[in-house]
Amino acid sequence: MPQKSFATAINEGIAQAMDLDDSVICYGLGVTDPKAVFGTTASLEKRFGAARVFDMPTSENAMTGVAIGAALNGIKSVMTHQRVDFFLLALDQLVNSAAKWHYMFGGQNSVPITIRLIIGRGWGQGPTHSQNLQAWFAHIPGLKVVMPTTPEDAKGLLISSILDPNPVVFLEHRWLHNSIGEVPDGDFRLPLGKAKVMREGRDITIVSMSYMTIEALHAADYLEKQGVSCEVVDLRSIKPLDWETVFASTVKTGRLIALDSGFTTGSVAGEIVARVAMEKFSALRKAPARLAMPDVPEPTSIALTKGFYVRAADIAIKVLSMMDKSVDYINADLSEPDPHDVPGDWFKGPF
Amino acid sequence: MTESLSINLFAKMYRIRAIEEAIAYHYPEGKMRCPVHLSIGQELIPSVFSEAIRPTDFAVSTHRGHAHYLAKGGNLNAMIAEIYGKSTGCSKGKGGSMHLIDLAVNFMGTSAIVGNSIPIGVGLALSVQLRETDQISCVFLGDGAIEEGVFYESVNFAAVRKLPVLFICENNLYSVYSPLSVRQPAGRSIANMVKAMGVEVGVADGMNIEASQGLMKRSIERVRKTGLPCFLEFSTYRWREHCGHAFDNEIGYRTPEEFLDWQQKDPLHHLEMQLIEDLSLQGLVMDIKSNVMNEVNAAFDFAETSPFPNQHEAYDNVFA
Repeated sequence: MPQKSFATAINEGIAQAMDLDDSVICYGLGVTDPKAVFGTTASLEKRFGAARVFDMPTSENAMTGVAIGAALNGIKSVMTHQRVDFFLLALDQLVNSAAKWHYMFGGQNSVPITIRLIIGRGWGQGPTHSQNLQAWFAHIPGLKVVMPTTPEDAKGLLISSILDPNPVVFLEHRWLHNSIGEVPDGDFRLPLGKAKVMREGRDITIVSMSYMTIEALHAADYLEKQGVSCEVVDLRSIKPLDWETVFASTVKTGRLIALDSGFTTGSVAGEIVARVAMEKFSALRKAPARLAMPDVPEPTSIALTKGFYVRAADIAIKVLSMMDKSVDYINADLSEPDPHDVPGDWFKGPF
Repeated sequence: MTESLSINLFAKMYRIRAIEEAIAYHYPEGKMRCPVHLSIGQELIPSVFSEAIRPTDFAVSTHRGHAHYLAKGGNLNAMIAEIYGKSTGCSKGKGGSMHLIDLAVNFMGTSAIVGNSIPIGVGLALSVQLRETDQISCVFLGDGAIEEGVFYESVNFAAVRKLPVLFICENNLYSVYSPLSVRQPAGRSIANMVKAMGVEVGVADGMNIEASQGLMKRSIERVRKTGLPCFLEFSTYRWREHCGHAFDNEIGYRTPEEFLDWQQKDPLHHLEMQLIEDLSLQGLVMDIKSNVMNEVNAAFDFAETSPFPNQHEAYDNVFA
């Protein structure tokens, strides 16, 4: 299969959906500008025309309502925002209308909208450019919430999101955009609501999402060498959540760590720990754990973000302690990269 | 105005008033177990709208949306049943008075959040532009919605994208119990403010039949012909309380004198007086009233005798 970046996979996903269905349109601030939202919307206007692909006024709330109105007449909008944080201005339209429209009018129509929201992190993104609010969105009945990790999943889940009859919040982590992986060409779809076992293991289940899954895989590689076999479950969909896969894996290993890229209190990880504890308590050999962001806004300075994020080392320490094994030397073996606030050498800023 | 137009407008205004008066009459029985926002006193605007609009055109409205639903041709039985929470309701009991819909006449929904349906109406206009039909999209809103940011966002997008949308603002002076004086500076013209955003505007006295009818008809034709947005402001007045069936002139937010002054301008009363001056029309006016009362009574019977939804249906339709 061809190797592509996550950003290219997103671009292909939108183009494929627009090819398949001429009622799909794509808009958002900067969608047609020279940067094309980190390249994810490049060439779409040229290919599909200005009627279907367009820039928009700086009006997140109204433009979400516009997507709802258009959806009521069969238009499927893919709306893009450069950061999740800007989209908070649109919560009235998202929560009061998009999420409930199908329900509150007795199921007579629906609003097929895909809202792409990009999560920032590091490089001074700071308190208002880095929030992981998937738990908020998942809390609202009627919304689907998708968080791909791999380029392949990004494309397959995006096409499914666009063609889904419901509003979908599609969260892309900025640190994944330049990751490379195998991505099928053409019309490639993955079902929403299905988790993926990224790595099979015997001793402990690590449930994760989005960029945290990358850290989980690094931790699992390290722990394998220490004789601990981790099963890594990538949720892919936060709502609906694939409880069957989470339960099956936890029952198999008897231990659970839930990771979250968002704040700890009220997190998706907290929900996973709660549900597993309630429904599979007897299968657990240890109290379940969660690792998420501290309940602190992400600071800006590189000095303040040192040691701030949950990393592979934190996961490995937690896993080893749950296995009653020594946690010495981990920080030396899994040291924080320097600089720690970029996803890789390719990242030169500014955003 | 032709005699037939006068009669049609009388019939439409009378029907809307009679339906809302019947809701007010039955509301204390406690069977309509949801908030209702009546627009008794404001019937002229939806009635002139109804005369000029096509079933294929789109419309959205607000929490005070009964009259707009009816004016667009929405099914009366389904509306009353919805307010009663019955399974035969237009939203199957999921929406109530504040969430009315009738897709058969492209009445696309109403919202309980001030300003919330404005961009949705603009989005419908965008869909019309993309699909290249000759429909227009109409957005009913009140003066309170002018104070919401989403109003400006929506008008701006309609203007920049040149969308066939007609904004119909019913300025009844109050947002719940808050008068315009605490919400907007004295002397402001809402219409002029919108005009500065590059949108054609029109203003009419919403108590004046000829002025309102003429402006509405011309504006609907204009939006259809040019495909450009237009904003209309009608002055009007709600007779009853913000939410509920009663009169509320005694609670102190408005004076009885102000209320009586507006009530004396009632276009429905004046039109009826004008029509029955012609002896040959008296019978027709009586017939219209009698037919409306029969229709209204039948709608309440329909609602009363319809079944409630099954309890498990509360869990249906979360996702499409």
